[in-house]
Amino acid sequence: MARFQGLDFYSIDQSLSPDERQVRDLVRDWVTNEVLPGIEQHAREGTFPLHLIPKMGEELGLFGSNFNDYGCAGLSAIAYGLIMQELERGDSGLRSFASVQGSLVMYPIREFGSEAQKERWLPLLRRGAAIGCFGLTEPDHGSDPGGMETRAVRTDRGWLLSGTKMWITNGSIADVAVVWARTEDGIRGFLVERGTPGFTTSDVKRKFSLRASVTSELSFQDCEVPADSILSKTTGLKNPLMCLNQARYGIAWGAIGAAQACYDAALRYTLARTQFGKPLAAFQLVQNKLCQMVTEITKAQLLALQLGRLKDQGQAKPALVSLAKRNNVAIALDIARTARDMLGANGITDEYPVGRHMVNLESVSTYEGTHDIHALIVGHAVTGIEAFA
Amino acid sequence: MVKRGAGSGLFVLAVRTGAAIPCPESGQAVDSSAGDRSLGLNIAVLVKQVPSSEARIKVAADGRSIDPTDVEYVINPYDEYAIEAALQVKEKFGGEVVAIALGPQRVEEALRTCLALGADRAVSLRDSSFGDPALLERSSLARARVLAAAVRKLGSEVVFAGKVSIDEDNSATGVQVAELLGWPHVSVATRLEWVDAAHAKVSREIEGASEELEVALPALLTANKGLNEPRYPSLKGIMAAKKKPMDTWDAAALELDQAAVGAGAGRISIRSLEPPPARTAGQIWTGDAREMVTKVVAALKNDRKLI
Repeated sequence: MARFQGLDFYSIDQSLSPDERQVRDLVRDWVTNEVLPGIEQHAREGTFPLHLIPKMGEELGLFGSNFNDYGCAGLSAIAYGLIMQELERGDSGLRSFASVQGSLVMYPIREFGSEAQKERWLPLLRRGAAIGCFGLTEPDHGSDPGGMETRAVRTDRGWLLSGTKMWITNGSIADVAVVWARTEDGIRGFLVERGTPGFTTSDVKRKFSLRASVTSELSFQDCEVPADSILSKTTGLKNPLMCLNQARYGIAWGAIGAAQACYDAALRYTLARTQFGKPLAAFQLVQNKLCQMVTEITKAQLLALQLGRLKDQGQAKPALVSLAKRNNVAIALDIARTARDMLGANGITDEYPVGRHMVNLESVSTYEGTHDIHALIVGHAVTGIEAFA
Repeated sequence: MVKRGAGSGLFVLAVRTGAAIPCPESGQAVDSSAGDRSLGLNIAVLVKQVPSSEARIKVAADGRSIDPTDVEYVINPYDEYAIEAALQVKEKFGGEVVAIALGPQRVEEALRTCLALGADRAVSLRDSSFGDPALLERSSLARARVLAAAVRKLGSEVVFAGKVSIDEDNSATGVQVAELLGWPHVSVATRLEWVDAAHAKVSREIEGASEELEVALPALLTANKGLNEPRYPSLKGIMAAKKKPMDTWDAAALELDQAAVGAGAGRISIRSLEPPPARTAGQIWTGDAREMVTKVVAALKNDRKLI
């Protein structure tokens, strides 16, 4: 199949290194050939394409590809971002899987784990031979994770966990959960393996959004984990926020992929469909919408590119990541809605990917820090005044 | 030794064993390390960059070539099967895979992909260093001379190429390289099975049947779709490729006589290139079935004079 031609109105490709372009094209072609043919079916049936995990892991090496040890590829932040972009052109659920595996599970194990934890889990997670999930959000604590009720109490043999985590991507298919709990020393992270007595999961059903992704509730009832399950270098809430900052960076890129898919569908459709004796694309109102899409995608690309450069220099401060996540997801959602409109009645069927992206992006706008919470993070950065509460 | 029936397009193949015959056009010696199987096989793959099948082809101002502006170039799809076959034989017997491409500097992008897929090193033959890039573009014989010289310099024992490049559709270069090397070739291979590190059983599709051949190395094989399932490069492969060597060889490095590849060496010349004529709009007849049939019959009879 021919390669997807992404929008590159400002010749941003020129700013990418040859290997960054090569990584992008590899994942781009892989998504076209292996993801797109079956993704609507998975979304329709509400199933995650599990068969893609070994391909993403063992074959391509997408998980944790920005790390440079434990067999990972050691890619630049830009190359990593481009992977997220291409995965999300396929589906936000697929990108979510990779974000969780890499940024929310491998990253904290690598940053806060013991040598034994790293040796045990990182190679398995990289290959996709083990799946991870990240338990921070709770039913009653979303934007305010500091209010978490999950507790870990020391026992003779380790720790006793009790509490509930909610909206957990990959929850019920995970082999290992990174769980954040309140202890007498503040918030700490724990690795909880599937099958640990007292640890159960149940899936969120009847979702409109991220249908090709598993979303679960994790329940811990007197769940005792061994002493070496703790991520020993964790000290407080800033640790899970560091993880989120990694994942949000990937989302800033991923949203561009979803936006590109919608723009591409709208452009093709309006060029092909004739009304009043000429293509829809010949109408001024349609061209204005296309222009708006091209403008916003181009701005989002430039934001992501500069953010990636800063990240490689260790200067991607959380507020910068927040601004890019907030903007890029918002414009992607707006583009998806506009594309739906431009496709007319056809836009409401899954013959076209637009409706799926549109409803997916509703989740992406909310998770990993809502649109409004990111506004408050940027607001705090520019005023010095916290307005969260 | 492969012989081509003059103009018939048929191949008569007899399996030949033993060392390579010196090339009839050059006395250049084969690398002496060739043939030492304890080090594994010396494998080469010929790669061509072609316009993507989606590219909108425009004829250049000279009327005899393609305007490369805005054309996306990709690895010739049949070469992907050749690369995979080369990597598989290396995985089986050990050795080294060298990817070779001839063309402008952009072909190095294709070579980098080969390195990412698992080739050990690459050789870039920049067309501008061989005197006449335009000749190399249009003359498969001139191309084959350069490629055969590179294969000879490398001391390769088995060479893979695509059965055809989708840009010019000549199916000529691969088999010409084999001829120039004095090697047997099997073209349009659809199945490949190694008897040992020196002999392969190859199937090729012929009209209405499949032909089974056994070939002894050194040999050249051109790959057809279906020969294997080409792999994707891994991200680690892409990163590792950055550290793999890519050599650039010119005519002097290949000890090539300029007369063999320079101006005047081509046996064919392209007079002109023309895009296919634009399709004219179709004709739509309306009415009920009887009316439409009457109109169509009348049109076929009177306008087109077909019935």
